[in-house]
Amino acid sequence: MNIREPTALAGAKERGSAAQFEERYLAFRRRKLIYNALFWGGFIACVIAAGITAKFDVFTLLKGLPRTTEFLVKMVPPITLSTFAADIGEWYWGIDKWLNSLLNTLLMAYLATVLGTIVGGALSFLAARNLAPNFLTYWAMRRTLEIARTVPDIVWALLFVMAFGIGPLPGVLAITVHTIGAQGKLFAEVNENVSPLPLDGIRAAGGNWLHEIRYGVIPQVMPNYMSYTFWRIELNVRSATIVGFVGAGGIGHDLFTSIQLLYFADAGAILLIVVVTIMLIDMLSEKFRHSAIGKASFSH
Amino acid sequence: MNVRLADLTDADIAAERELYPHVFGRPIAQRLKSWLGWGGGAALTLYCLYRFGFFSGDFLHGAGKFGQLVASQLFPPTGYENLPLFIKVIGETIAMAFLGTLLGALFAFPLSFLASKNITRLRPLQFGTRRFADLLRSFDYLIWALIFVRAIGLGPLAGIMAIAIVEIGTFVKLYSEAIENLDRKQIDGVTAAGGNWLHRIGFGVLPQVLPMMLSNTLYMFEHNVRSASILGIVGAGGIGFLLADRLRAYELQEACLIIILVILTVYAIDYLSKMLRERLIGDHARREPVDDAAQT
Repeated sequence: MNIREPTALAGAKERGSAAQFEERYLAFRRRKLIYNALFWGGFIACVIAAGITAKFDVFTLLKGLPRTTEFLVKMVPPITLSTFAADIGEWYWGIDKWLNSLLNTLLMAYLATVLGTIVGGALSFLAARNLAPNFLTYWAMRRTLEIARTVPDIVWALLFVMAFGIGPLPGVLAITVHTIGAQGKLFAEVNENVSPLPLDGIRAAGGNWLHEIRYGVIPQVMPNYMSYTFWRIELNVRSATIVGFVGAGGIGHDLFTSIQLLYFADAGAILLIVVVTIMLIDMLSEKFRHSAIGKASFSH
Repeated sequence: MNVRLADLTDADIAAERELYPHVFGRPIAQRLKSWLGWGGGAALTLYCLYRFGFFSGDFLHGAGKFGQLVASQLFPPTGYENLPLFIKVIGETIAMAFLGTLLGALFAFPLSFLASKNITRLRPLQFGTRRFADLLRSFDYLIWALIFVRAIGLGPLAGIMAIAIVEIGTFVKLYSEAIENLDRKQIDGVTAAGGNWLHRIGFGVLPQVLPMMLSNTLYMFEHNVRSASILGIVGAGGIGFLLADRLRAYELQEACLIIILVILTVYAIDYLSKMLRERLIGDHARREPVDDAAQT
């Protein structure tokens, strides 16, 4: 904004600047009003367009919502205090099967995290701008990792189920591929932030590329790696519970069948197991993250 | 003190080692503990590999089959005659993500004030709202989608509802964290000027938290485009339905085209949303909600 030169007469100046202020303020208000109108107009147009494209129908929704609540209510069978143990026992009739599926789910998540972190961690050095041997390697590795993590793990699961058949094996592979992509990217970003001084020192002492990574980079990046890995376990447990929807093993398979067959009490029992597990894993992982590496080094 | 390295004898070093063992290496007990940790982890990994059949012939057979699928049946992508259909359904996917995020944000907005410690003085109400949000959030999109598909039928409406429900949970958490982090002074100022509860929210709270809320909402929209692209696998509308359909029918080349289109869409949306977010709140836009930064 340019400020006018002061005029000779003070009174005129005051009147002039007051009027000027009024005028500018009105112009500002008008401009703001137009911007706001444009924004809200555009926004409402977007909402309407989205509503039409996605066939949003309030009546179907209103008809469906009571049924949803009905489903959710049916998921918890009647439990009375006098027959508490028996009721719970009946609700959890399939506890052995479900706990076995749960164990599978957890082990799938664990194995996929380990494999994905090892491979993704190794690749992350090639995908870090400052550590990659040359630009082509860096670029190609970045794109590969991007594809691995942009394709959702359930799509990988569909592909692997086609080749490996139904079972936990394709689920592990699907989550592994996704983990490689995610860890590769996150670790590469950590790698790019390392201080170059220790690396220079190792090079000066005659170390080769591998020595630089082992003694220069790893000690600097390990805390962040650990925190990302604990966090990845959390996310992978969630993934492992749903890849079963397409036949890739784990508790998701039991959940999918029970909902498809409208066995609501079963679905409720399994969902409760899933929620408790996920909350426990979240709590444990957070504890590990903080205790193993200290709060200071846990940064995003 | 002037000690030259060349003057040091082995005896000196041994004496020092005796005096300060922790400088020369970690104590045996600690080392043993970390070895046990790594060894246990490795053993568990081996057991898992065995349990899930990585050492069996099935694995080699499957790997061969997968290699063959990728090498000979996935490329090059075909089905360009269906491109208009694919693009239309991708539009539906984006619309689902948009409406789901919007609905979630609308419902979460009032709830987030209930869930904030500095706004809601009634502790059980605040705590209860938080836990309720956690509960909604702890089920994956696909689980909600599965339930809604059974309750309101196949189609994008089920997907919109699934996204909206999870997003209520996420937004209540993110919004209330933003509200709890706000600067008390502005609110005190409004109170001192005689403002009531509504004034405090309108002039003290909202101007501080709205940019953060908008940025979080945009970020989740970006994330939900990814989620919406798979909800169709359980019949909840969007491109996932076509993708699963083509894969199950072994029309891999067409599936490949769909996957490429989805990747391009995700990139475009990420780019747009990042641009908008940077405009909205400048430097803060680069700080993404913690829970989801790794999911991308």
